[in-house]
Amino acid sequence: MMAEMIKKATRESFGLAVTAAAKENPNIVVLDADLAQATKTAIFKKAFPERFVDVGIAECNMIGIAAGLATCGKIPFAASFAMFSAGRAFEQVRNSIGYPHLNVKVVGSHAGVSVGEDGATHQCLEDIALMRSIPGMVVINPADHYEMTAAVRALVDYQGPAYLRLCRLPVESVNNNDDYRFELGKGITLRDGSDITVAATGLMVSEAVKAADALKAEGISVRVLDIHTIKPLDKELIAKAARETGKIITVEEHNIIGGLGEAVCSALCESYPAPVIRMGTHDCFGHSGPGAELLKEFGLCAEGIAKTVKQALGK
Amino acid sequence: MNSTEKKALAVTACKVRMGIIEGVYHAKSGHPGGSLSAADMFTYLYFRELHVDPKNPKDPQRDRFVLSKGHACPGLYAALAERGFFPREELKSLRHIGAMLQGHPDMKHTPGIDMSTGSLGQGISAACGMALAGKMDKKDYRVYALLGDGEVEEGQVWEAAMFAGHHDLDNLCEIVDSNKLQIDGPVSEVGGSYPIDKKFEAFGFDVQTIDGHDFDAIEKAFAHARTVKGKPSCIIMNTIKGKGVSYMENQVGWHGKAPDEEQYHQAMTELKAELARLEAE
Repeated sequence: MMAEMIKKATRESFGLAVTAAAKENPNIVVLDADLAQATKTAIFKKAFPERFVDVGIAECNMIGIAAGLATCGKIPFAASFAMFSAGRAFEQVRNSIGYPHLNVKVVGSHAGVSVGEDGATHQCLEDIALMRSIPGMVVINPADHYEMTAAVRALVDYQGPAYLRLCRLPVESVNNNDDYRFELGKGITLRDGSDITVAATGLMVSEAVKAADALKAEGISVRVLDIHTIKPLDKELIAKAARETGKIITVEEHNIIGGLGEAVCSALCESYPAPVIRMGTHDCFGHSGPGAELLKEFGLCAEGIAKTVKQALGK
Repeated sequence: MNSTEKKALAVTACKVRMGIIEGVYHAKSGHPGGSLSAADMFTYLYFRELHVDPKNPKDPQRDRFVLSKGHACPGLYAALAERGFFPREELKSLRHIGAMLQGHPDMKHTPGIDMSTGSLGQGISAACGMALAGKMDKKDYRVYALLGDGEVEEGQVWEAAMFAGHHDLDNLCEIVDSNKLQIDGPVSEVGGSYPIDKKFEAFGFDVQTIDGHDFDAIEKAFAHARTVKGKPSCIIMNTIKGKGVSYMENQVGWHGKAPDEEQYHQAMTELKAELARLEAE
């Protein structure tokens, strides 16, 4: 059975999901730093104005306030662009949330180059690296509407600090499957395959699925893993893929330094060393342009993934 | 406060100072200067002002205290030990491997610590969050935070101050330990944070400036702060860095340095004499 295919930006799915969760859990509060329309926390603000806090343009303070709220039993979701919540306020997240292991969900919206026209200053390509380096921090990057909805529910139940990455562009759902089950730290096999594995995260998962489906017609069998949780990483699923398909391609809208690619390499080094090709931005900044076109420029699209698969297989 | 109560506070503050010296001496490191300057404030807070219960340190109804100038934790630890949150013996293992008392406050492992702090400028934001939670839940606990007069050079302090003023957090009381010295020298020469009172006033605080070593003045200021409605409070306490140990007073070098054995004995001799004098009064 397939549920309805929904094309929606994960930032909007987040706004809807946190609002729905708040109807059942009175402890949920949402903070923003003057970007409520963009991060879609405005959806929550409309439903629960008394549980919404706009701190103004002061992300470091927002993180500290979220920490203080958490010490009093609240479940704060503190949102801004990834560049600012994970980037600018990194040390506040590390010392005021990570070290005391407080129950704050740091939300980074508009991550990656798909921010588009705003350009490099707003295109955060380092947030996954920063957040996964903090001890005890869970890092989640959902692929689509269904996954974001489930991830928010899981984060409400999870007691501890977490980083949730949201994207700006609408994305076609790939998890519109009635059997879909979200579990923190467990990847999802979206396509089975035997020639090679593509392990993707966030916006790149639907592109990986499209690439795999196109390659199937050419007789190439690609396994697609949806790695929604980058930390803790599903090491077993990745080692199994390496054993069974030989090679792994990682795809992320993030610098290849410190993100999913390096996490996969680290895991395989300790379990089943195998060749890994890391797709992402290659230690460079982005620039202005329409988001979808920028993704293509960096090869972060179905065509780019298919090309990399063929190169890896010598075809 | 009658003279017996005031004498009791002075005796306790002297014991807190002895605890500070014990702690940093045994740690062979730490921050005695800013702990001693705030010792009277710590004593007043934990023995007169805060509604806290050492037997139930996580009571949701308790008043909160955030040591935003986290390096002054030898003073906070000594006050918590005097108040019965943990045994005084713990002070001697301050900063040791495996010890409960970390170099900066750790809320996960130390009873009575309401927020992990140490990276300057961050505690005040957490205090704002606690005060906001109190408002949201219509609870009547109060939140106190101690800042340094060097610490207020951090931009985040003013982000938080703007927030507290804007949200009318009258359940929040900021205290500034104005001991006039920071690591690299006098605050007036290094960071230029003065005037601190005018800044907090501009951010919407009710501001009082008092002698931070005068228990009558401290009592009056906290009593006034509790009556302020519709805005947060700030009490600037003029203090002497290193107060109570002659060779440390007003000396910038004692910001973050432990006494050697000879200096330790001298400090303890001075404080014991002061304690005997107070008890004989």
